[in-house]
Amino acid sequence: MSSINLDSTVNTAAEASHAHHEEGEHRLVGFIIFLLSESVIFLSFFVGYAVYKTTALDWLPPGVEGLEVREPLINTIVLVSSSLVIYIAERYLKKENLWGFRAFWLLTMAMGSFFLYGQAVEWSGLNFGFTDGLYGGMFYLLTGFHGLHVLTGVLLQAIMLGRSFIPGNYDNGEVGVIATSLFWHFVDVIWIVLFILIYAWQ
Amino acid sequence: MTNLSIDALAPNRQEPSPGEPENWWRFFTFSTDHKVIGIQYIVTAFVFFLIGGFLAMVIRGELITPEADLVDRTVYNALFTMHGTIMLFMWTFPVLNGLANYLVPLQIGARDMAFPRLNAVAFWMVPLFGVILMASFLVPGGPSQSGWWAYPPVSLQNPTGNLINGQFLWILAVALSGISSILGAVNIVTTIIRMRAPGMTFFKMPVFCWTVAAAQTIQLFGLPALTAGAVMLLFDLTVGTSFFNPETGGDPVLYQHFFWFYSHPAVYVIILPVFGVFSELFPVYARKPLFGYHFVAISSFVITGLSAIVWVHHMFASGTPGWMRMLFMASTMLISVPTGVKIFAWVATIWGGKIKLTTPMLFALGGLDNFLFAGITGIMLASVPFDIHVNNTYFVVGHFHYVIYGAAVMGIYAAIYHWFPKMTGRMYYEGLGKLHFVLTFIGVNLNFLPMHPAGLMGMPRRVASYDPEFAFWNVLASLGGFLLGVSTLPFLLNMISAWVQGDKAPANPWRAIGLEWLVASPPPHENFDEIPTIIAEPYGYGKNEPLTAQQAALQQLASTEVA
Repeated sequence: MSSINLDSTVNTAAEASHAHHEEGEHRLVGFIIFLLSESVIFLSFFVGYAVYKTTALDWLPPGVEGLEVREPLINTIVLVSSSLVIYIAERYLKKENLWGFRAFWLLTMAMGSFFLYGQAVEWSGLNFGFTDGLYGGMFYLLTGFHGLHVLTGVLLQAIMLGRSFIPGNYDNGEVGVIATSLFWHFVDVIWIVLFILIYAWQ
Repeated sequence: MTNLSIDALAPNRQEPSPGEPENWWRFFTFSTDHKVIGIQYIVTAFVFFLIGGFLAMVIRGELITPEADLVDRTVYNALFTMHGTIMLFMWTFPVLNGLANYLVPLQIGARDMAFPRLNAVAFWMVPLFGVILMASFLVPGGPSQSGWWAYPPVSLQNPTGNLINGQFLWILAVALSGISSILGAVNIVTTIIRMRAPGMTFFKMPVFCWTVAAAQTIQLFGLPALTAGAVMLLFDLTVGTSFFNPETGGDPVLYQHFFWFYSHPAVYVIILPVFGVFSELFPVYARKPLFGYHFVAISSFVITGLSAIVWVHHMFASGTPGWMRMLFMASTMLISVPTGVKIFAWVATIWGGKIKLTTPMLFALGGLDNFLFAGITGIMLASVPFDIHVNNTYFVVGHFHYVIYGAAVMGIYAAIYHWFPKMTGRMYYEGLGKLHFVLTFIGVNLNFLPMHPAGLMGMPRRVASYDPEFAFWNVLASLGGFLLGVSTLPFLLNMISAWVQGDKAPANPWRAIGLEWLVASPPPHENFDEIPTIIAEPYGYGKNEPLTAQQAALQQLASTEVA
């Protein structure tokens, strides 16, 4: 009988010390479920794009030849390699090297911002708009919705960077950092599919 | 020593936990307690149910005569649009989310949901988008008139030319509802994956939790598709893109795909938790274990999987190619297999049991009966030639109202009566409950059965006036509709008076087996003093085996003391 009592006391003590850790894992699971759900929105847009491209009578608006690939390709390389950079930043955090983490984390943010800048330059140079036929609509819808995600990613990274300056905050790892990094990889993968659909398949 | 152990092990029967907020205004606050949020969901949804029901009665009032005499035709269009939208997005989804919120943490042995704050945010979005939807009655041009499906190009018309028009508000409300539902689904699924008590394996989980998990999975993969379609529709309507506008090269049928890819599975989001309610109630009131527990549990996810590949059966008449029609006819008929598994399991559960016809049991049996009828007309509709014959007629309207009202709403009533003592700590009045059941059951069948012959004769849906040859069936249906309106009165009277002055409910008034029945009524804050350890499968009726390790220890202790 007493052993059962002992068990329950041990459990309560263990519960208290693991409570923070447990909650962090819940958040990560919840975030992954959310990302899976979010990916269906992109999937729907991709399917829409493919359907329009293969069935539309007038796909390209009059006077539009297609898209320039060279600058977007540079942009793509920057964004995709930032996935590696954010991974290195995470490794530094694991080794409890906070300044290494901050340096590579900031580099990721810079690369993301460069991507957004490149996107803005590309948009401003195009000779068609959002309402120019199905092509214009789908192009701006896809790149815009993805760009919104990149922007969200950079903002999340800024918050995580700021929080790294709270003393002792990241001692036991940080779920927010893992989640932000996951989000960033997600945004990258989406961009690769998007690049293939919009730029490679013309 | 021994006495001390008993005290430590005994479930919290005597004293309510300290800090239990008993004040009534906690239901009007940003509470993060899953039990408060559950009741908030249920009550809010019921208010909208009454509003949607009122609109339905105006519709039936219009249809009691063949002429369009009660309301203007444009008003009639707005009425059926708002009726459908309110009933789906503001009544069935929120009320089922309320039940899931209240019951899932209790049934799996958790203190709360995984994300209590997110839970509260998801709930408070419901009144927000409810107000937005209701506001469309006040804007120039009135509410959306394009039906709850909002097919373009009808939904792209904007005769008043205002940016803020009925259709705009409709899309906004539906999009917010989608966000709220996705947040809720993330929360519930995470809770079921991560928060189960020790020993609560998936195959020791009550079927209600299984069905809720299956239903919320549909929300997670289906709602984003609807959201994508809604975003594109909103751009078409407001800034003039051409995604779905055929005049500028768009493809309105693509919208139908986006819409039904979610909105057909949405039917399973509604009916799956109701299947869970049936599976919980029949064993209790037949005093027998659930027949084929594993099959009933797994078939929920089979339904989830199949639900993703049936949506085109809504579009047999939308120029769908022949091979696609055949494919989706077959997949649609396949879905009757897992649902059939469940129906047979329930019948086998009741078979030979000591049946107690309490109000919840009556509602569950009535719901099962109606669902069987709805399932049979569903298989009829799945067959392409028949579907094309009755496409856009009242046969379809009758079919889905049997599902949504006959099965789902009656199942929801069953759940509310069954868990009312647990939620409020009071007993409802059995006589009023039985009156409510009789009125509802007669009302449902009087309202929706005549729609089938009217549909077979060719009466089209969504019209304010019709050929006098359909008049007989419409008079019957309208009388049934008014009866359903009356049926909510004994329910409201019962709920309010029982909550205020009903008899105090014991912890387990139905002698039911389940973690929620081991705690006090209403359960204390954070549910369990000590998280239970589960050692038995659910539904151990007639087996006389303990459900938790704590119970087992108590029993063992009692037997040694007697010896």
